[in-house]
Amino acid sequence: MAKYTLNINQQAVTVDVDPDTPMLWVLRDSLDMVGTKFGCGAGACGACTVHINGAAVRSCQLPVSAVGEASVITIEGLAYDAGRMHAVQEAWLEHDVAQCGYCQPGQMMSAAALLAQIPDPSDADIDQFMSGNICRCGTYTRIRAAIKSAAQKA
Amino acid sequence: MTIFKTAIGRRSFLKATATAGGLSLGFNLLAAPHTLAADAKEAPSEWFELNAILSIHPSGDIEVNVANPDFGQNLMTSFPMIAAEEMDANWEDIRAVQAPYNAKKFGMQISGGSWSVMNNWGGLRMAGATARQMMRTAAANAWGVPVDEIHTENSMLSHASGKRASYGEMAAAAAMLPLPKEATLKDKADFNIVGTSRKNLVGPSIVKGDAMFGIDVRQEGMLRATVLHAPAFGMTIDSYDASDAKKMPGIHDIFTIKLFPDDFVRGFSDVAAFREVIAIVGDTTWHVLKAKKAIMVTWKLQESYSYQSADFFGNKSTVTVPKQVESTTDHNKAMQALIDGDMEQKRLDGDPSTAFANAAKVVERTYSAPFLAHNPMEPLNFFADVGKESAKLIGPHQGPVLAHNTVAAHLGMDPSKVEIVMTRMGGGFGRRLYLHFATEVALISQHVQRPVHLTYDREEDMTVGVYRPSYLIKLRAALDANNQLIGYHVRSAGVPEPCSFPNRFPAGAVDNFLWEEGSVASNITVGAFRAPNSNFMATAEQCFLDEVAETAGADPIEFRLQLLERAANNPVGEKNDYDANRYAGVLKLARDKVNWNARGDRAMGVAAYFCHNSYCCNIVEVDMANGEPTVVNVTSALDCGIVVNRDGAINMAEGGIVDGIGNAMYGELTFVEGVPQKRNLDNYRIIRMLEAPNNIDVHFVESQIDPTGLGEPPMPPAMPALANAIYSASGKRLYDQPFIKALKG
Ligand code: FES
Ligand code: FES
Repeated sequence: MAKYTLNINQQAVTVDVDPDTPMLWVLRDSLDMVGTKFGCGAGACGACTVHINGAAVRSCQLPVSAVGEASVITIEGLAYDAGRMHAVQEAWLEHDVAQCGYCQPGQMMSAAALLAQIPDPSDADIDQFMSGNICRCGTYTRIRAAIKSAAQKA
Repeated sequence: MTIFKTAIGRRSFLKATATAGGLSLGFNLLAAPHTLAADAKEAPSEWFELNAILSIHPSGDIEVNVANPDFGQNLMTSFPMIAAEEMDANWEDIRAVQAPYNAKKFGMQISGGSWSVMNNWGGLRMAGATARQMMRTAAANAWGVPVDEIHTENSMLSHASGKRASYGEMAAAAAMLPLPKEATLKDKADFNIVGTSRKNLVGPSIVKGDAMFGIDVRQEGMLRATVLHAPAFGMTIDSYDASDAKKMPGIHDIFTIKLFPDDFVRGFSDVAAFREVIAIVGDTTWHVLKAKKAIMVTWKLQESYSYQSADFFGNKSTVTVPKQVESTTDHNKAMQALIDGDMEQKRLDGDPSTAFANAAKVVERTYSAPFLAHNPMEPLNFFADVGKESAKLIGPHQGPVLAHNTVAAHLGMDPSKVEIVMTRMGGGFGRRLYLHFATEVALISQHVQRPVHLTYDREEDMTVGVYRPSYLIKLRAALDANNQLIGYHVRSAGVPEPCSFPNRFPAGAVDNFLWEEGSVASNITVGAFRAPNSNFMATAEQCFLDEVAETAGADPIEFRLQLLERAANNPVGEKNDYDANRYAGVLKLARDKVNWNARGDRAMGVAAYFCHNSYCCNIVEVDMANGEPTVVNVTSALDCGIVVNRDGAINMAEGGIVDGIGNAMYGELTFVEGVPQKRNLDNYRIIRMLEAPNNIDVHFVESQIDPTGLGEPPMPPAMPALANAIYSASGKRLYDQPFIKALKG
């Protein structure tokens, strides 16, 4: 075990965990921040997506020892402009995207990272960027539409 | 206007709500402690319970108990809509909560078979209407006017005299009233909530990441566990050495647990290939996942064994599990041998052998499909806190009744001592009907005497079984000199069960019809997978009819419509499962919406199917420019009776279509000597955004029929519609799933 002071959702948090523990389990088990989901543990589904310095990263593949002082943003912290949801969250509600909802935190984290990179993405941009996130319920057409709405809002 | 009696007794209420063919009996208003005794001095504290479903808060908030668990079909919105409609509630006042498990109050709380709305429709309407009647009576008493003169709208009561009160203001008084003897259901024409689109009531918590799934359950003092089962079906534990693993940090204990002792009579849900598993218990999920890898196990062949199994109706049979390890190549040979040999006859009309002997043309094709893993996005998991006297289990599952007796029997407790709580599920698709993991966590908690949360990793989830069966279906059609379909012959094989729908279309539309089937025994465990068996029968039949129509020189939609006209006007046989007019209705609606007859050289394919009491026609349009299909558009026409939540229903249909296209294109699990050949989502392909349709248009047949199934019916006809579209784009017929293999060679 080792102590790590992490910057999660703009707050300093200290955890005492094994160095190889993936951020996914630090969030879920050590910090009880359960909005970030476990889907595959293999980097193949995107359910565990968080932002590391603004980039979408699969937290199941990221050992805590590699995080350092980087800014970690999770779904719980996506709405960091106090009092207002992120444009992606608003668009998700507008299009009533979710079915079971389990993949959606990861989808929204990926979508927010995409929009930060490409503010007005084409269909091809969206398909390319979002294809690391599986939605077993099949809400893809709504996710596409919501990302376009969010792009208009931002 | 329908007046219904509430107080004659339980039987009349149940009779009124039970729907044909359904298993659930709706709600039991009378068993609900709807009110305190008339002379009670104190009203209930905060919420005033009107009946099992509805409670009102003085603020005006209305709480709806949603009886069945939600895995994305959005019952948390559609159930409240039905009750709110009859109650004349203001939609803004509605709060949805997951009901506790209580069979006396809520009937069979199973989400599966697309039954939920169908079987709860009557009960929810009556609950709403009864609550409204109690509100009116309370107001009539307060104002000294006849109850019939009280008008309700948007959670407000009013009278011509100018008196007005909100439901919240009248809640306490209404809750003191006895259940009315009768109440009135609205005319369907007066609905103003049912049939509109209402946003998912759980949506805000989902987007904020605070919707609680089973895997998110956290309790004081809780340990975490995972399990390890044999790597191959047909294998079990010989010996194991966990001494190193036990020394790893954060590990509490490693031990084996056993399910289903030999004398245990298994119920519907008790499907499990691996009766003995190794449990790893520790502080965090990461600790137990790492320790699992450090356990040294020797596996051996599982000896053949038999067990008693009882179906829903208590009929018992003996199942013998063969001692063997199986490979996909063996399965395919065995199914082919069945198709070529003797099979069991399930339906015979006319004289098929003469019809085929005299046919001008015979079309004969064989279709195959592999096992599929459900892979719900949330891996299998469950929580248990087992004490000496009682146990509490919490987790994602499709119906607590499925696990209740099994868990109690394994713990040696009376079922009344075992509480099971439903959580939201990250998908199910049938997988969470089979609840061995609930029993496992209960035994683990009992062993360590601590609350425990059990999580399967994806590899465990995908390789533990309960799959969609594997199928081989041979279809034959006889056409006469006028290209009329005079004979139809099905030979349906499956491991370990075949598609068995002898009374579905085109039975009833063909004079000479023969259905035969057979199964190959296997130790690979299977179960319901979204639209069980329908999901492949639709593919075989609707791809085949497309080819038969082509051979007959007919338009594929016209060809089907002619057969359905025959089935409607002059059906063959009496036991036909479907309504030919509703079937034709969806074909016509999709045809018109897509402007089929003016499609020119756009590559479209059509398929229609009936299952779960509903009808769906999908027309898929593809572009094959890259050798792989891009689904440009899907037009779907559905007849599922009255649509409760329009946009929610569209979402569900879109999901079913994407699921169908994805599984037809990519879904596949094969075996080599009992070992599943895929273990995680890096090589088990689930459809991704790049492969999803560019656009999906969903249309509903306007209907006054009470709601029928919706979660499953749109999925099966998506598969053959895709295959038929690929044919019109490329000239290549597809016979074997996954289609990607045939397309890539
Ligand atoms: S859980 Fe991390 S990508 Fe699937
Ligand atoms: S909404 Fe269920 S997995 Fe995406």
